[in-house]
Amino acid sequence: MSALVLVEHDGGRINSAVAGCVAAARQWADAAGVGVVALLCVSESASEAAGALGKEAARLKGIDKVLVAKGSAHGTPMAEALANQLVSVVKSQSITGVFIAATSLGKAVMPRVAALLDVSPLSEVSRVVGKNVFERLVYAGNVVATVQSDQPVQVATVRSTSFEGLGALPADAPAAPIEAAECVSVFDASRFISKALSVSDRPELQSARVVVSGGRALGSAEQYQSVLLPLAEKLGAALGASRAAVDAGYAPNDCQVGQTGKVVAPELYIAVGLSGAIQHLAGMKDSKVIVAINKDPEAPIFQVADYGLVGDLFELVPELTLQL
Amino acid sequence: MKILVTVKRVVDYNVKVRVKADGSDVDVANVKMSMNPFDEIALEEAVRLKEKGLAAEVVVVTCGASVCQDVIRTAYAMGADRSILVDCPQSPEPLAVAKILRAVVERESPGLVIMGKQAIDDDCNQTGQMLAALLGWPQAVFASKVELDSAVAHVTQEIDGGLQTVAVNLPAVVTADLRLNEPRYVTLPNIMKAKKKEIETIAVADLGLDVAPRLKTLSVSEPAPRAGGVKVGSVPELLEKLRNEAKVLPERGTQ
Repeated sequence: MSALVLVEHDGGRINSAVAGCVAAARQWADAAGVGVVALLCVSESASEAAGALGKEAARLKGIDKVLVAKGSAHGTPMAEALANQLVSVVKSQSITGVFIAATSLGKAVMPRVAALLDVSPLSEVSRVVGKNVFERLVYAGNVVATVQSDQPVQVATVRSTSFEGLGALPADAPAAPIEAAECVSVFDASRFISKALSVSDRPELQSARVVVSGGRALGSAEQYQSVLLPLAEKLGAALGASRAAVDAGYAPNDCQVGQTGKVVAPELYIAVGLSGAIQHLAGMKDSKVIVAINKDPEAPIFQVADYGLVGDLFELVPELTLQL
Repeated sequence: MKILVTVKRVVDYNVKVRVKADGSDVDVANVKMSMNPFDEIALEEAVRLKEKGLAAEVVVVTCGASVCQDVIRTAYAMGADRSILVDCPQSPEPLAVAKILRAVVERESPGLVIMGKQAIDDDCNQTGQMLAALLGWPQAVFASKVELDSAVAHVTQEIDGGLQTVAVNLPAVVTADLRLNEPRYVTLPNIMKAKKKEIETIAVADLGLDVAPRLKTLSVSEPAPRAGGVKVGSVPELLEKLRNEAKVLPERGTQ
């Protein structure tokens, strides 16, 4: 019996959300008294990159074994083939807990795995209480539910920002063994067509050390850029936005921070001109230090901010940028 | 082609839910209920596809007690043609809902199922993917654009880094994300007309499915509040705190 972690990657690098997922799986495995198996699915052609990814996964602390499923089913990661692969490994390896980082891909894959195993899964687990008890947020982050699952297999996505990553093994420690897993067949009723990733010089939102996030008070897409970008550039920060700012067209969809958008936990989160709706707070309240700049002293964002600055953002943000 | 749309009755998104004093559940007594906003988007998409001549019929289905008739009335007012209420004593888990929907799909044989990506009460984001898996169908989740021809749907999906387009053979399950469309407002004449429309009711017991809950909610609570900090008076004071107290910025001159 083991826990299983899906190692999501982009062909070259392991997704940063995997670290928190491994930590959650390790906590669960320790409670259940079992080991942790990592599953890496790679395309047939990616031999060199696959080798590097496998070695990287084998050096992750908390992993006892790495399985590599290599084949044409995994050319571009697709939920249907990945779910079939996970189910195949669950059966062949006597897996009793499946943990998948709650990325857009992970959220697409996990319920398929659960349905095929006839299990009721848990979405976006934020705490492992024990081998059959977990916590997760519901009602847009307003409520924490403690849920017990006495099913033969636990299937969950993990809210990675709620778990501290375990990092890599020390250089002198032996890496986990790598084995091949039988690759499932191609799921040909769905095909990847194209991907349009947002082009940005900014760091990726979910792994950035600093996030500068803007709300509706920015007033326009131009001002969102002209006010926030110089600050973000100076801090090496990623740009985020509230749902209101995204809905108003000030920032692209994938910038949205919140319960239904991205969940982030940077070292420093600077919230500019956003009120702090509860669904936004659910997406950033695990940040280590929160700074709020808003002209309304009663804005809810000040209740979670470590440092609040009341005033006109159009004066304060440029001043802050200048003095950095 | 027939499109099946699933709708769920949830606490209205404007309501701030409260936890019951005994921590057993959230208090939904006397709280405004509405159609799940993501399901409204799913229904709007189906109605638009019908208006474009790409679908012949839009059938809505919901699972729950008879009070769920109100969201079906809303669905009629938005343009649904027919409805099914699967009468369940309590709100079933997503896996059970997916099994119920599979039974409905087998009866109705839709060419496409459109669902909201998640319900805003349990925030599970599971049912669409589960239904697709149980049927052995392809799925296109988090849709921000759907283009349909007779055999294939081209769906643009919201993914972490941007957008991705996939082609799924029909029949398929598509789940709607926030920006797929803006649902229409229902008009008073349409609400009046909706009141007269028929709702077919199926008792969940007649489907012969295991819909018993597998999970047990031990308790619910409000999240631990993050301790609020201090207000600072000026930008220099803020920078001083960030450098010397929080130590998240390098000291001046070391950058």
